[in-house]
Amino acid sequence: MSTAAAPPPKKTNRIGLEVLSYKGSRTTLCAGCGHNAVSERVVECFYELGVQPWQVAKFSGIGCSSKSPAYFLGLSHGFNGVHGRMPAIATGAILANSSLLGLGVTGDGDTASIGLGQFMHLVRRNMPMIYIIEDNGVYGLTKGQFSATADLGSTLKTGTPNDLPPFDCCALALKWGATFVARSFSGDKRQLQAILKTAISHRGLSVIDVISPCTTFNDHQGSTKSYSYMKDHDLVLHELDYVPFREDIAVEIPEGEVMDVPLHDGSHLRIRKLGRDFDPTNRLAALAAIEDAETKGEVLTGVLYVNTGKPTFLELLNLASEPIATLPESRVRPSRAALEEVMEELR
Amino acid sequence: MSTLEVSPAEPLSANAGRSVVNDFSLQVATVNGSGSQTANTVLMRAIFQMGIPVSGKNMFPSNIAGLPTWFTIRASKHGYIGRRKEIDFLVAMNPETAREDVMKLDAGAAVVYDEPLKLNELRTDLHFYPVPFDKLVAPVCPDAKLRKLVRNMIYDGVVAWLLSIEMDEVRRALVKQFGKRKAKAAELNWGAAQAGFDYASRTLTKTDACRVERMSATAGKIIIDGNAACALGAMFAGVTVVTWYPITPSSSLVETLIGYMRRFRVDPETGKATYAIVQAEDELASIGMALGAGWAGARSMTASAGPGISLMSEFIGLGYYAEVPAVIFDVERVGPSTGLPTRTQQGDLLTTAILSHGDTKHPMFFPCSMEECFSMTIEAFDFAERFQTPVFVMTDLDLGMNNWMAEPFAYPEKPINRGKVLTAEDLDKLGGFSRYLDVDGDGVGYRTLPGTNHAKASYFTRGSGHNEHAQYTEREDDYINNMDRLAHKFEVMRSHVPEPAQQTRADARIGMIAIGSSDYAARESCDQLQAEYGIATDYLRLRGYPFPPLLEEFLRGHERVYVIDQNRDGQLLMLMRMELEPELIARLRSVRYYGGLPIDARTVTDDVVKQEGK
Repeated sequence: MSTAAAPPPKKTNRIGLEVLSYKGSRTTLCAGCGHNAVSERVVECFYELGVQPWQVAKFSGIGCSSKSPAYFLGLSHGFNGVHGRMPAIATGAILANSSLLGLGVTGDGDTASIGLGQFMHLVRRNMPMIYIIEDNGVYGLTKGQFSATADLGSTLKTGTPNDLPPFDCCALALKWGATFVARSFSGDKRQLQAILKTAISHRGLSVIDVISPCTTFNDHQGSTKSYSYMKDHDLVLHELDYVPFREDIAVEIPEGEVMDVPLHDGSHLRIRKLGRDFDPTNRLAALAAIEDAETKGEVLTGVLYVNTGKPTFLELLNLASEPIATLPESRVRPSRAALEEVMEELR
Repeated sequence: MSTLEVSPAEPLSANAGRSVVNDFSLQVATVNGSGSQTANTVLMRAIFQMGIPVSGKNMFPSNIAGLPTWFTIRASKHGYIGRRKEIDFLVAMNPETAREDVMKLDAGAAVVYDEPLKLNELRTDLHFYPVPFDKLVAPVCPDAKLRKLVRNMIYDGVVAWLLSIEMDEVRRALVKQFGKRKAKAAELNWGAAQAGFDYASRTLTKTDACRVERMSATAGKIIIDGNAACALGAMFAGVTVVTWYPITPSSSLVETLIGYMRRFRVDPETGKATYAIVQAEDELASIGMALGAGWAGARSMTASAGPGISLMSEFIGLGYYAEVPAVIFDVERVGPSTGLPTRTQQGDLLTTAILSHGDTKHPMFFPCSMEECFSMTIEAFDFAERFQTPVFVMTDLDLGMNNWMAEPFAYPEKPINRGKVLTAEDLDKLGGFSRYLDVDGDGVGYRTLPGTNHAKASYFTRGSGHNEHAQYTEREDDYINNMDRLAHKFEVMRSHVPEPAQQTRADARIGMIAIGSSDYAARESCDQLQAEYGIATDYLRLRGYPFPPLLEEFLRGHERVYVIDQNRDGQLLMLMRMELEPELIARLRSVRYYGGLPIDARTVTDDVVKQEGK
């Protein structure tokens, strides 16, 4: 028996953690489910950016998508709440502790049906957090009913056609105030990574609609949320590169070809044009592009909109910079004199 | 609670010359939106400032302007400040209701009325005082547009003369009501009050018996409504996240809180708020946010009423099962459904006790006074974190929206108790923790807050099945263990909810039990039963649910116990039935009132006497 060589030093990120520290428990979702790919991207991105896992709080509602926070970032607190109401829980938690990096994961049932109201109000408040919609157009956990993002004319596995038009979650988010809006495909590893990393750096609400096929109930011929449909109809807007603030941007890029969007933490989103002109800082143009793609039966993916200038809900509330949840008694219980002052007014 | 001075009710004599001092109910009937609230508050305050115990109850419509409103002021030298059914003195300002208002009076009552209504033609057994309001208001209020608002102040002056209310106190109350910034409005109104007083003194002859005489029973006291008292309690409890959705009668709780927080909870150095108040999109969102905040370690609260509480039901089950603290104020109004939104009831007891599907149960606090609205709110925040569960503070429209006199609130001496929260240092020592493990035997596990800087801090919170380590499970034994621990935790709460208050009398064989705003009617009724019927009645006021062990003891000590409920189905009694043994259930008797007005002593007394077979 020979002496084993010393194992190679384990690979760690900038805060000294291995990728293992970013993983969660083993997935119980179906093999090939798009959601598992999204979970993998979350693990990679948070690891690669060196985010402290315990500064992250995970939120989800009910459904297959909402199970997935258990499958990544096991060292982060997580709250799997009730169907469609994840935005309320996340809002309360982030108000309580504004230093948390909120990561919400929902599905199209959660977001576009039962929780549409909460989603819209989260958008309206520009609550600083990441909001991922794992969008497969179908209710998986209840075995295959249409969701409100299912396209007109697409069919169930049984062949039943959908006769109602879909909600486009990105269009809704754009219209009512989200400050980072993107669509991606669970099968597009590189694009989803760049989008996720940008969302981590963004201060404001990031809405990411990820087309994430359901292999069991919605990956058939009549589906518009299947792997094969996406392969044929994914219209990639641009090539994305996330440049962390720690990397020196030395190379000059010729103007016109590439757009650099500076993010709040000093990182950059580098957008390289692909054929067409698209300015992701123009909200109206983004809405038009979505509309245009829809009529052509295409699924537009990429960064649809980014706005780094709008105040977040925390700023509007003029909230103290430290977590208010754990302020000491001296700062949350007014003085004896204050009570006496009020009593005197009431005499 | 001390034993009260016992005296029989004094029926008002129809004979002139007899005096009823500091013991009457005065009702003002107006149209809402006419500015009568100011005139009524000033009247109430002036009596209060003369040292006479007083209460004011506003019966208003669910409407902004144009519908009938009644404001009842009760002055009581004995300190009875619950509603009194009989009206001794009516100010009839609303032509729509004047006739019915007058016809309902007992013989001998007095009526101040707008002269053109000719109410004196209706009856001969009342004391009528006609006042030409329109003629009087014109000279004191040249601006015709303001006359509608100023007109009501004239009856303050008339009533002051008739009841011997000192005009200096009326003026003081007026200045207080309008504040320094509205000095001009105060002067205008003062002119109207004076015009009324002058008219009355020149023209009217006092024939009824009611009047006030200066006392010193209110020295140092304050006047406040229960919503404001709860708001102050929340602020001094150190609340940090407040979420709400407007609903009558709870809206003013948070609106008042917003005012106080802006004054006292903005850091003077940084100018930043040490709190967040969010008007949510609905009650589902407001309770969701409150739970999210409670989970993240904030002292969080929301305030609502029946319909909103019903909407919160699903989330409350999550709060119970995932064990997340939050304080929920239920300012009860009349149900079911939209019901009577501006009337009072204790109609949410049963639903709230077991709100949400599956086996759930929730602690409730029942404040009965302004002092308790303040102090029990503070206790509720400690309790929610101590037991890691949603806690309901049950008040009602009568407590919440009416003005009450109270002792100035005592500053909370106990330091804030944040419950079992593990810090990074604790985790270093312990090497880890299991979220739902009953380490201390009280059913309450240790929790960590998100953002705790430690690799062992995290756990996953879920409303689905979980074991002691907060892991997903569908195992039979895990589920039962968890549910049994929750049941045990609830049992432990029995000896931690606010203790009942008791009032005993010699040789009492029967007892009475009430909660919250029923207290005033209950105590007055016990006095009436003793004085008028010789029935000695012990009284137990429950202040918290789950009911403490003292309830059983009280029942064992009495042959029959009358449970006062301000709802149709005897919900307080039903809650007792759910947990008592048959021998004790057999002792329970029910007294119910559910008409939407605050319950009054006479209703209780009459019912008890009837059931006692007297």
